Amino acid sequence: MSQMFEVCGVEDIPVLGSKVVSANEGNIAVFRASDGEFFALKDECPHKQGPLSQGIVHNKKVTCPLHNWVISLETGMAQEPDEGCAARYPVEVKDKKVFLILKAMD
Amino acid sequence: MKEKLVLVGNGMAGMRTIEELLKIAPDMYDITVFGAEPYGNYNRILLSPVLAGEKTIDDIMLNSESWYVENNIKLIKGKKINKIDRRNRVVHSEDGTSESYDRLLLATGSNPFIIPVPGSDLPGVISFRDIHDVDTMLSASKSKKHAVVIGGGLLGLEAAYGLKLQGMNVTVVHLTDVLMERQLDAISGRMLQKTLEDKGLHFLMAHQTEAIVGEDKVKGVRFKNGLEIAADIVVMAVGIRPNFSLAQSAGIYCERGIVVNDTMQTYDPRVYSVGECVQHRGQTYGLVAPLFEQAKVAANHLAQFGIGRYEGSLTSTKLKVTGVDLFSAGDFHGDESTENIVLKDVSRGIYKKVVLKDNKIQGAVMYGDTVDGSWYFQLMRDGTDVSDFRESLMFGQSHLGDSGHGGQNAAANMSDDMEICGCNGVCKGDIVKAISTKGLFTLEEVKTHTKASNSCGSCTGLVEQILASTLGGGYSAASKKKSVCKCTDYTHDEVRKTIFAEKLTSIKAVMRYMEWNTEDGCHVCRPALNYYVLSSWPEEAVDDPQSRFINERAHANIQKDGTYSVVPRMWGGLTTPNELRAIADAAEKYNVPTVKVTGGQRIDLLGVKKDDLPRMWKDLNDAGMVSGHAYGKSLRTVKTCVGKEHCRFGTQFSMGMGVDLEKATWGSWMPHKFKMAVSGCPRNCAEATIKDFGVVAVESGWELHVGGNGGVKVRPTDLLCKVKTDEEVKEYCYAFIQLYREDAHYLERTAPWIERVGLSYVKQQVVENEEKRKALAERFLFSQKIAAQDPWAAIVNSETHKKEFITLKAVG
Ligand code: SRM
Ligand SMILES: Cc1cc2nc3c(=O)[nH]c(=O)nc-3n(C[C@H](O)[C@H](O)[C@H](O)COP(=O)(O)OP(=O)(O)OC[C@H]3O[C@@H](n4cnc5c(N)ncnc54)[C@H](O)[C@@H]3O)c2cc1C
Ligand code: SF4
Ligand code: FES
Repeated sequence: MSQMFEVCGVEDIPVLGSKVVSANEGNIAVFRASDGEFFALKDECPHKQGPLSQGIVHNKKVTCPLHNWVISLETGMAQEPDEGCAARYPVEVKDKKVFLILKAMD
Repeated sequence: MKEKLVLVGNGMAGMRTIEELLKIAPDMYDITVFGAEPYGNYNRILLSPVLAGEKTIDDIMLNSESWYVENNIKLIKGKKINKIDRRNRVVHSEDGTSESYDRLLLATGSNPFIIPVPGSDLPGVISFRDIHDVDTMLSASKSKKHAVVIGGGLLGLEAAYGLKLQGMNVTVVHLTDVLMERQLDAISGRMLQKTLEDKGLHFLMAHQTEAIVGEDKVKGVRFKNGLEIAADIVVMAVGIRPNFSLAQSAGIYCERGIVVNDTMQTYDPRVYSVGECVQHRGQTYGLVAPLFEQAKVAANHLAQFGIGRYEGSLTSTKLKVTGVDLFSAGDFHGDESTENIVLKDVSRGIYKKVVLKDNKIQGAVMYGDTVDGSWYFQLMRDGTDVSDFRESLMFGQSHLGDSGHGGQNAAANMSDDMEICGCNGVCKGDIVKAISTKGLFTLEEVKTHTKASNSCGSCTGLVEQILASTLGGGYSAASKKKSVCKCTDYTHDEVRKTIFAEKLTSIKAVMRYMEWNTEDGCHVCRPALNYYVLSSWPEEAVDDPQSRFINERAHANIQKDGTYSVVPRMWGGLTTPNELRAIADAAEKYNVPTVKVTGGQRIDLLGVKKDDLPRMWKDLNDAGMVSGHAYGKSLRTVKTCVGKEHCRFGTQFSMGMGVDLEKATWGSWMPHKFKMAVSGCPRNCAEATIKDFGVVAVESGWELHVGGNGGVKVRPTDLLCKVKTDEEVKEYCYAFIQLYREDAHYLERTAPWIERVGLSYVKQQVVENEEKRKALAERFLFSQKIAAQDPWAAIVNSETHKKEFITLKAVG
């Protein structure tokens, strides 16, 4: 069963910025890309668990603040040649509000 | 319909062009590749280690046949093109295969030169160019005994060394009496010969071949002086000739090679050419580094964008023989108009010679210790005036001790399990393996694949040496024109100039005006652009928090567990019971796990949760404290000693000076962090001579020191000047900071900046020209009106900013 939660208003997350949502399964980072699309990843870098929410967002990727791995917001995969993956969560936008669906995609 | 691109020559330069093209315009062309050799593309450079038995053919493949399939490239291997019909735009191969093109790329490489002496066509006479030659040599070594290598240049020596390792008895024949005379002078040439003799090679120097003897196969070699020696195989390695016969037969203009312009086009603009077959501005090249530069330019032009032009290359040389460390570049012989600086230590096997003309490096040759080769090469290509550090030039760039690597100067002799990168734990063997199996050619590539030299950078010199000893001169040293990042071809200097000239006041405006090739930029360019617009246009530009590294966005240092550390400012290292009490209270109230005195004379509260930051700051603000910017590319601390206020030796009031300087300069954004110190006498208890700006009091006034650095690479300051009054100290300090702010590249500390621009330049601007000094100081004070604000208070007092620190509601 998946559940949908309202996270915040669209404008609460700056373009190329992010917000942290704390959930039972740990922190989840919600990102806003420059074209207005939203993404959510588990807030743990596949390298050494750095908080991805705190990284610099660019071209639907985020650079981890601890050691600069680059993680794709679309797939959660680390950019080659690094290897690893952060769990993704579906995000929906309705009526200028951002919703998080708490069921990790594979 | 896509346009059709046909490549003739499946070698290193041609395929590099295709790879570069796929990176920037993956779907633009239907690509067909013809190769005369029956393989995918391989790293020709590494044929030497294959011959030496150190690597296998599989190790050195760059693009396997499946790679071509995955990238939708039609590979037609084992077929030689022998006709180009330019009128109908079709190429034809010997067996009648043909292919039409819209654009054609010729990368036919070169042919080994065979000296036309009698017998040179006998079976057993071979060259050293491709996999086939290596196979022939390897099978000969199994059953035959005597090998003669004609030519004591790079290729000849690598062939000889490999054959020796395969168990043959090898004699190298050389025309002159110095080996590799185009790369080495007499002294280093002898040292090399001695090393190779110790490895078991024989040499016949100053011998000219008259004939290869034998009936139906090679039996021996006869020389002009009558000597004759036995040979079962003869390897001719006397040089290469650009292979342009195909182009010439199609009426494309050729001289010593296929003549191309700066965009790598031949006289027929539909036909491009790169690699050893090319003649550009009168030059031909026989090493891969310049060919890769050509490849990049050709790819850019084929993709119909880019500002790239090929302007020729300088090359450096390295021999890939295990345990031999030599380096040479440029004109290392010199003439009447040049000077030589020479360091020779025979018992340590070390020889270095640098040739200077008007204090600029013209060339260098080194043997035994080559760690500084890439530095000299860089200075040579940049045309740097070395007079400011001429007296220490021969001791190298790091003679003051990189942490960890100061004493290490010969990567070639290190064993595979020795740690090269202390930050990431990468050993020499890991790097060598990555270079050969992953086909790496540049420092950047080694960094991304192995992480070596990716953190503090102190092992960069060693990694470059390993690259050089694995790839010979083939590794592409960072080119002079280094772009900000992969999002653009422009350099830091070009970007800064444009921001200023065109009055660009936002990151977006810069990216649009300068045609960035990514939508959003990246974590490398955005912080740099943010700094450049802010420092160029302090009033007009608006800070972009999304383009700042988290520490500067959160005004605290992120920790490995995602918590933060908080360091309040203690002006000049001074504090009060009241401040200490407030710090103690904050530590208790927010359950701070660690309280530590920093190396910068203040107190660090480590392990604070992000959500608590604004509240903790408010408490500290209330006690009169502000951010210490321990996280920022900005002024850090001003360290002081007690000075004349208390000390029996003090000559000036150093604490007072330190506090004044800190209060006047805090809060300003800079290219990198900036540290100051003030000592009350030359005993220098505040360690002012390893700071970016250091002040040392003397009886008659103050000494001002600049460009010092502790950290990764220790560099003591240079003396800028002496001044008499306190006011002068301040004015010079502001002027120096402003010059650094306006001139240095983002993330370049004062030490490397001064090494790049030269102390003389800094002196001219700050010391010798009063008008400039005053103007610089004034600009600094002007920008301080906006910058010297406490960022903590700004957040504490803004509801919107405070919200950014709050984790959203718990769900699920
Ligand atoms: C807290 C402190 C260590 C301590 O416990 O004493 C410290 C901590 C850090 N230093 Fe430092 N440095 C500290 C004094 C120094 C000193 C000593 C000094 O300033 O007298 C040096 C050598 C002197 C120098 O800089 O020239 C120093 C040389 C470095 C370097 C290497 C800089 C270089 O140019 O080589 C880095 C890396 C960098 O900045 O890129 C660095 C980077 C760091 C960072 C910020 C790493 C990071 O980016 O996260 C560390 C943050 C730790 C954390 O988790 O909070 N730290 N660091 C010191 C803070 C001083 C302060 O009050 O602000
Ligand atoms: C043993 C050895 C060691 C070397 N060591 C170093 C070193 O340490 N450092 C360094 O920088 N450089 C080194 N080099 C030089 C380096 O390998 C060359 O500079 C580089 O390979 C040249 O690239 P290219 O693409 O111009 O030519 P090549 O790599 O030779 O490619 C040309 C290709 O075109 C094919 N071809 C030619 N004509 C036709 C045709 N008509 N139709 C179809 N195909 C055709 C050829 O068969 C060949 O495969 C070394 C070379 C050798 C042989
Ligand atoms: S505080 Fe400085 S020296 Fe210590 S681990 Fe961190 S960066 Fe390295
Ligand atoms: S934890 Fe993310 S890069 Fe290391």
